Amino acid sequence: MLKVSTPGLATTVQDLGRPGYYHLGIPLSGGMDRFALRAANLLVGNDEGAAVLEAVFMGPQLVFGEDATVAVTGAELPVLVDGKEQVTWTSFAVKKGQTLSFGFLRSGARIYIAVSGGIDVPLALGSRSTYAIGALGGFKGRPIAAGDELPVGAGKGAAAGRNVPEALRRKPGQPAELRVLPGLYWHRITAEAGRQFFADTWKVAPEADRMGYRFRGGKPIEFVPHEQPFGAGSDPSNIVDACYPYGSIQVPGGTEPIVLHRDAVSGGGYFMVGTVISADMDLIGQLQPHTPSRFVEVTMDQALAARRDCKALLAKVREALAA
Amino acid sequence: MKTRYSFGGDEHVFVEIDEEMSLEAFFKSLSMTNAVRDAQIRGVTEICPANASFQIKFDPDVISPDDMLAEIKSLEKQADKADPVINTRIIEIPVFYNDPWTHETLMRFRERHQDPKSTDIEYGARINGYGSVADFIAAHSGSPWFVSMVGFVAGLPFLYQMVERGRQIQVPKYLRPRTDTPKLTVGHGGCFSCIYSVRGAGGYQMFGITPMPIYDPEQKISYLRDFMCLFNPGDIVKWKPIGREEYDQAVADVDAGRFVPTIRNVTFDLAEFNRNIDAYNAKLLEALHA
Repeated sequence: MLKVSTPGLATTVQDLGRPGYYHLGIPLSGGMDRFALRAANLLVGNDEGAAVLEAVFMGPQLVFGEDATVAVTGAELPVLVDGKEQVTWTSFAVKKGQTLSFGFLRSGARIYIAVSGGIDVPLALGSRSTYAIGALGGFKGRPIAAGDELPVGAGKGAAAGRNVPEALRRKPGQPAELRVLPGLYWHRITAEAGRQFFADTWKVAPEADRMGYRFRGGKPIEFVPHEQPFGAGSDPSNIVDACYPYGSIQVPGGTEPIVLHRDAVSGGGYFMVGTVISADMDLIGQLQPHTPSRFVEVTMDQALAARRDCKALLAKVREALAA
Repeated sequence: MKTRYSFGGDEHVFVEIDEEMSLEAFFKSLSMTNAVRDAQIRGVTEICPANASFQIKFDPDVISPDDMLAEIKSLEKQADKADPVINTRIIEIPVFYNDPWTHETLMRFRERHQDPKSTDIEYGARINGYGSVADFIAAHSGSPWFVSMVGFVAGLPFLYQMVERGRQIQVPKYLRPRTDTPKLTVGHGGCFSCIYSVRGAGGYQMFGITPMPIYDPEQKISYLRDFMCLFNPGDIVKWKPIGREEYDQAVADVDAGRFVPTIRNVTFDLAEFNRNIDAYNAKLLEALHA
């Protein structure tokens, strides 16, 4: 059991997600940086998809009810056990009664705290992930709060000192580059607007959460003249409400792009210019507000090659931690 | 109708059946998504029908995007030939129009509205040519509506009015979305009505509220024990106007676990419907109240 002394900002229980219910408006959920989530679990000897805590911008303070092996991956910040600093991306032992706490964020946005045995909340539709908008899954369907007692599963835990070397981690660059496959309603904008979209440097807006990341600072998008179809609404950025792919980039009113993430709204009435490729979705979870960002146009072949690169990196992490 | 295929990144195929909304486009979307499900194409992880489009999520490690696209395209001809007939349900939803809770909320967000001097339902009545709010409520609740999509958030139905296009109620969304909408608000934007399954942000005009929960993640409500979402795409809804007393009674019945929604199985035939819409709707309502 983990007793929550302070919860952090919006700390939630997450695993790899809940596929199969998007047609009813229930999104995948799960860790925004799934590479970091998998690595944290592998470090402590859990299954890759065990439930962990995802904390954004600041960590919680947790008192351990049993001995456990712990690892913290993702963003960089000081990790402390009874005030003594530990190394990130590295497994360490915590004794019953000790307190895990965190210092101020140095880089990145989200940390993943894996505990041997996993966070053992009940499965909801096959997953332990929290979907807070729908009060589903996780700990009572919500972010953790002070006083909560989080159940931890049985698990021996791996040894302390196991490490994911820096060369096997991925971080967003400066500016962050998010690769995009144009499509969906790309034809609704002018060729010049399309060129400009990829040329501009955008900044992550403060409205950036598990549902989606908003960007601002680029030029407004110009639309191809077009009579609005019946049922779509009068603004040129409106469409007859349709499904939204994960990673899809909608631009309401043509001004501020929003990239949908793991707690996506499943559909709505805004056109989309394309979709961030699967290989770069983890990077979005590590972007802080105000981070300069660029969208980079790629082809499907490049998207698939990037996906293979990510899998190869994960395979190396698995191999490094298999022993 | 011209079908348009596109990729949503490396994990989604997005198919627009038609740019504009129609029951024909909705039926084709439903028919194609059913065909995708029946075909059991390997690698498919999500099948999502929408109003006049649909989306398939797949695992590109299992099937290449081009192969996935070809599989879906191959189902289009079959869907075109399919009879637009479905076995579905008609569900009665009680609505307390002009209720105090949505009224309190809409008054808080007047500066985001096209017409700050009217309420949402007064505005909806006026711009759709109804002489009174009572006439507008009669029109909104007079015909059945199709659940043409479920989504946005968990369990939220988009509803398409089953009348000729000229008689369909249309209203713009708020100028800027509200940051709050009461749970179970009956809203309307463009040509679609909806029921907000959870409290939260929203841009649709607010006409009333239903006492009948449609989403229960704890699955404690009697009629949501089998599954937490009430609606499926293809369901038919009939609104039933109620007053404060009936509303309070229904809320008490839901809380006590004795609320039983009126739900009947029906067959819907689009060709028959198009031949005589009012007569067909009358038959559906007969089935509901049988």
